[in-house]
Amino acid sequence: MKRHLISTGDLTRDEAVLILDTAAELASVAGRPIRKLPTLRGRTVVNLFYEDSTRTRTSFEAAAKRLSADVINFSAKGSSVAKGESLKDTALTLEAMGADAIVVRHPASGAPHRLAEWVTGSVVNAGDGTHEHPTQALLDAFTMRQRLRAPGERGGGLDGVKVTIVGDVLHSRVARSNVLLLSTLGAEVTLVAPPTLMPFAVGAWPVRISYDFDAELPKSDVVMMLRVQQERMTAAYFPSVREYRRRYGLDTGRMALLPEHAIVMHPGPMNRGMEIAAEVADSPRSTIVAQVANGVTVRMAVLYLMLGGAEETL
Amino acid sequence: MCAMQPGPGYERKTQAWKAVLTPEEIRRALSRIAHEILERTHGGEGAVLLGIPTRGVPLARRLAERMREFEGSPVAHGSLDVTMHRDDLRLRPARALQRTEIPTDGIDGKTVVLVDDVLYSGRTIRAALEALNDLGRPRGVQLAVLVDRGHRELPIRADYVGKNLPTAQREVVRVLLEETDGEDSVLLGTQGGDER
Repeated sequence: MKRHLISTGDLTRDEAVLILDTAAELASVAGRPIRKLPTLRGRTVVNLFYEDSTRTRTSFEAAAKRLSADVINFSAKGSSVAKGESLKDTALTLEAMGADAIVVRHPASGAPHRLAEWVTGSVVNAGDGTHEHPTQALLDAFTMRQRLRAPGERGGGLDGVKVTIVGDVLHSRVARSNVLLLSTLGAEVTLVAPPTLMPFAVGAWPVRISYDFDAELPKSDVVMMLRVQQERMTAAYFPSVREYRRRYGLDTGRMALLPEHAIVMHPGPMNRGMEIAAEVADSPRSTIVAQVANGVTVRMAVLYLMLGGAEETL
Repeated sequence: MCAMQPGPGYERKTQAWKAVLTPEEIRRALSRIAHEILERTHGGEGAVLLGIPTRGVPLARRLAERMREFEGSPVAHGSLDVTMHRDDLRLRPARALQRTEIPTDGIDGKTVVLVDDVLYSGRTIRAALEALNDLGRPRGVQLAVLVDRGHRELPIRADYVGKNLPTAQREVVRVLLEETDGEDSVLLGTQGGDER
């Protein structure tokens, strides 16, 4: 039994499917007159954010509140962190206030892992540096299952689904979490990126690698576009935005190469006109808005499974 | 008798199982309950049968079928998962959720009949009443159970009972249904630990 959610690599197939199935049941709560369940009444969830975020923080907040948990939002800006307080001291302070779970986002890879050693509550990784972002991968898998399978089909993984992940893989924690989770669930993942943005150790990942985007498109059930993370780039990884867009951007012409049923995903925030054209982002194939809605239900499932029972089932 | 075997997934040490309801008795009890519901709801008008997973769901479906056979008009039925409303969540590891399926007409202004296999402490029904509260405002709520084994811990009673079964608290009642266990029967056994 795991107490923390740090990496999707820690999840077994059964655990991952349990999270997705739980989320599928919780999705109906959003359509009810009263969008609230009493399950986590009296539990406290702290959102500890050392990095800017709109959707992840609000999504975790909405998820915790729909389960009736108390939510404390903490952002590093304007706190004692500005006075030099360490992650450990901040965490211990928050725990002394009665935090049952700490949802942490941190610019340093591995920060949630360290945090989990210091506190007695549960730790949920909401994105650490260029390492992982497990709940994003879970909501992506949930969205794929929702969109690609026949209505009424329940449970199970993503066996045989062909997912192409395109763009700045090097800096992408979303890509790392997705590769691990999707391969656990039985999907076939292909990474497409400029050679400069492909991670060094990618040969050890359970993926196929390609540098030819156009050749991969007709074979894909899912195309996941990654944001070009210029804020993490310390060197010139590609000559120009125009060149990047021409080789690795998804525009309407490229979208036409996709099979009829294929979907286009993006974890957001998007650089419209860079990795994804505005017409593609707003097309009916794009699941970008659905991904945000699913984010709340998947995070509800994670919080319920970690905090709802006597001991955590994850 | 084949009913002496406990159902799948039941590994606890129990000394002996005694069949207390045969398939025929279960069938007759359900037919009687279906007639009683029709009588009390004036022909099943505005009635919605909601089964509580796991075994309440096939029971609700069977009751709805009988009621349709007897009166000729279809009866709305579905399922109601109460896991998120249970008061013993913190005592056990988090459980997987079951399906909640509410008929498209909803439950507002309807007479909801909750259907479960065994009525014991009454805590499941309390959770079901709370879950209903979040779904709408029924005109009334009634309760149908296949077996009432007593030992209530809350002021809850059933409106329709298949069989009243006086039990000791250390005894275990196990309902087996064709849909979930491959056979119909109600078994009574004894064990050291607490079952529910």
